[in-house]
Amino acid sequence: MLIRSTTALAALFLLSTAMLAQASDKPSDPQIAHIAYTAGVLDVEAAMQALKKSKNKEILDFAKDMVRDHEAVNKQALDLVKKLNVTPEDNATSKALTKAADEERAKLAKLDGAAFDKAYVDNEVAYHKQVNGALETLLIPSAENAELKSLLETGLKLFQGHEQHAEHVAGMLK
Amino acid sequence: MALTIAAASAKAETIEVTIEKLVFSPASIEAKVGDTIEWVNKDVFAHTATVTGGWEVMIPPKTSASLTLKRAGSFDYFCRFHPNMKGQMTVTSP
Repeated sequence: MLIRSTTALAALFLLSTAMLAQASDKPSDPQIAHIAYTAGVLDVEAAMQALKKSKNKEILDFAKDMVRDHEAVNKQALDLVKKLNVTPEDNATSKALTKAADEERAKLAKLDGAAFDKAYVDNEVAYHKQVNGALETLLIPSAENAELKSLLETGLKLFQGHEQHAEHVAGMLK
Repeated sequence: MALTIAAASAKAETIEVTIEKLVFSPASIEAKVGDTIEWVNKDVFAHTATVTGGWEVMIPPKTSASLTLKRAGSFDYFCRFHPNMKGQMTVTSP
């Protein structure tokens, strides 16, 4: 138990230090594009796990919405980086997000039924909240290219919508 | 005055609401029973126009969907997929 919570704490610490490192050291557009794209891919992966494991209609519908929306916005992101001739660049924030998501997926893999549904949707609320915070305070203000900034702003509205949608689904499970 | 009312009741209109970057525009509309609301979705995301406990219109990406108004009243609607998208309509009897 002690070991497990220490690992979780270490992951959280790593994530916040990565975010802080980025905050003092403004991310470049190729890094921002990579972070935003990664955030979308990770949420699609979480949704795929829910589609495999859950039997709850609300959860399944929500997970399908996540796959559809995040794939659509990531397709726009790919079209944009191609147009701007930008190569997304891996970085500490992307790595920390991926590591935290991998750990969360491993944790969720051990749960079933109502316990899985609740943990999945609670994590969706927390995850979207975290990504929205990064978009608002770091990624949008740091973006240099106007089209990238505009896509991130649309992404923020989309993710805020998902956060509210996840909160609604969480409320229905109770 | 009488003429205006007669003209208004005779002709049903189509009112267009654009959806772009997760915003209903205009956010607030006034209509009459018999008018049609047409939502034009310019986003790559599916949206809905949903009244809690009432009607729901599905608006797939890059398409339009419409609803003919049958009841008078004031309605708040939202997108069920993105509840931060909100709209409002006031529907009067013809």
